[in-house]
Amino acid sequence: MLLLAVSIVASLSIGSAGISFADVWGILLHQLPWLSDQGHGWSQGEVAVVTQVRLSRVLLAVLVGACLALAGAGFQGVLRNPLADPYTLGVASGSSVGAAFIILFGLQFAIGIWTIPLVAFLTGITALLAVIALSRSRGVMGIETLILSGVIIQAFLGAFVSLMVSMSQGVINQILFWIMGSLALRSWSHVYMVLPFLAIGLPVLFFYSQSLNLLVLGERHAANLGVRVEKTKLVVLIFSTLLTAAAVSVSGVIGFVGLVIPHLIRLLLGPDYRLLIPLSAIGGGIFMLWADTLARTALSPKELPLGVITALVGAPVFAWMLNRRMRGERGDGQ
Amino acid sequence: MSIELVKVSQQIQGNEVLSGINLSFQRGGFYGIIGPNGVGKSTLLQLLAGTAQPVSGSVMLNGGEMSEIPRKHLARKLAVLQQGGLPPAGFTVREVVGMGRFPYQSWLGGEEDDPSSIIDEALEAMGLSGLQQRRLVQLSGGERQRVALAKLMVQQPSILLLDEPTTYLDIGYQIALLDIVKSWQRQKNLLVIAVLHDLNLAALYCDELIALHDGKVASKGEPAEVLTEQLIRELYGTGALIVSHPLTGAPQIMLQPGL
Repeated sequence: MLLLAVSIVASLSIGSAGISFADVWGILLHQLPWLSDQGHGWSQGEVAVVTQVRLSRVLLAVLVGACLALAGAGFQGVLRNPLADPYTLGVASGSSVGAAFIILFGLQFAIGIWTIPLVAFLTGITALLAVIALSRSRGVMGIETLILSGVIIQAFLGAFVSLMVSMSQGVINQILFWIMGSLALRSWSHVYMVLPFLAIGLPVLFFYSQSLNLLVLGERHAANLGVRVEKTKLVVLIFSTLLTAAAVSVSGVIGFVGLVIPHLIRLLLGPDYRLLIPLSAIGGGIFMLWADTLARTALSPKELPLGVITALVGAPVFAWMLNRRMRGERGDGQ
Repeated sequence: MSIELVKVSQQIQGNEVLSGINLSFQRGGFYGIIGPNGVGKSTLLQLLAGTAQPVSGSVMLNGGEMSEIPRKHLARKLAVLQQGGLPPAGFTVREVVGMGRFPYQSWLGGEEDDPSSIIDEALEAMGLSGLQQRRLVQLSGGERQRVALAKLMVQQPSILLLDEPTTYLDIGYQIALLDIVKSWQRQKNLLVIAVLHDLNLAALYCDELIALHDGKVASKGEPAEVLTEQLIRELYGTGALIVSHPLTGAPQIMLQPGL
């Protein structure tokens, strides 16, 4: 939590407009009503950069990161598969189809700035419903059929995206750039769109964290201890999907966060979902914030795709931690 | 505490595995379910555990339909030792044993009274006190089975279902495990129902045996009544000699090669 606060402060102060650290804080503090009437030495433009551009983007990065890491923990808990991530069951592919379609036909502003987020959100959810329908028989969802159905839907929808990319030369970059993920040119309204999903999704998943712990022992063990296995699986899947779809619809497909952050927390603190759920959200927020800060400053003023940064930075860190952990375990055994 | 099966039939993928079974189990009894492979022993145990519903007939717990009891309430009365034991998870022994308290926890994961003394007691009884901070992945199969049993003790059930509890254990662990179950059963007057592959162990520990064959109850009663040369041939298609255990008098089976 403390690390998250420090990261937000630091990231706010870094940027291409070259506003000093002290001024950033002066501007922010002056937004508080009881401090607003003192004299100051910064311009209206600087105020706008900090409050309209940077602050909303920083908060959005934290929210998107938290949603993805939280959803990743949820998917890994239900699917009991270390390779599961928020995109395993086809949510991202569904969203990509929707977004690619909109971009291809130039409908980005058909119903205002909400067009892409709304369509991407709906098509993402639809993809998951298709996966669940495919894998449910007699009210029971088998884990293997669930993952296989996800792979099938993903491949099918992926082909659609490729088709749309190939159909139009002119907008290829736009579609690809959306798919690679970015937080550029987002506003406060995007923050408000993601926030309610996190505010509801986090407590719901936390409510099921002890059930997810018992699921680690296997579905039968959990059922015998009084867990309602099918209900737990369905609710956690649905809320993880809502979190994923919300994040993807505003930021595009940012990989790696949802896969790796829950694993990092597990490596550091063990497998207890009562810790894993809240700390994945915080860890995902911090990680995404720094990735986005790097994305907008590394080759400033050019923006880098966020999905590229998360994988480029995240993969080596994860490999290093995994390696250190394995050495530690060998040491324990002796 | 009693469980009653009334005209219970069950199908698996369209095949009838159990047909019209009537059985009743009373508190304080140690029942063994025997029969050849694929005869529906584990299916029967799942019905008794309430984790599966029969296609027809009813499973009653204390005179009420088992399917109508909320899962957590059922888990306070009835605990199951699963076939194949616990997976090699990353949780510590103490954490896994503590999971046995799940049926008593509120949604926040807390209990009115601190359960740590109950957990300590179960760890002590299973000789796991020294291993409580070890992770499950670091334990042997026999040790994991003891953890599973400690988890059941913490659940404080009055009915205990065991699905082939001795499979994959060496004879030392087999006897040790069943001794613990037997003394726990006597101490708390539990109802124990065990699916057992080993007929000799079944005869040594059970008060009553139920032999399943072709989806029906082929025979039931005290071990000496059930384990006859004729029944062994009917169930397993192999000849056997039945002798009396020199110390306990329980029937014991001497296998003979078919050559």
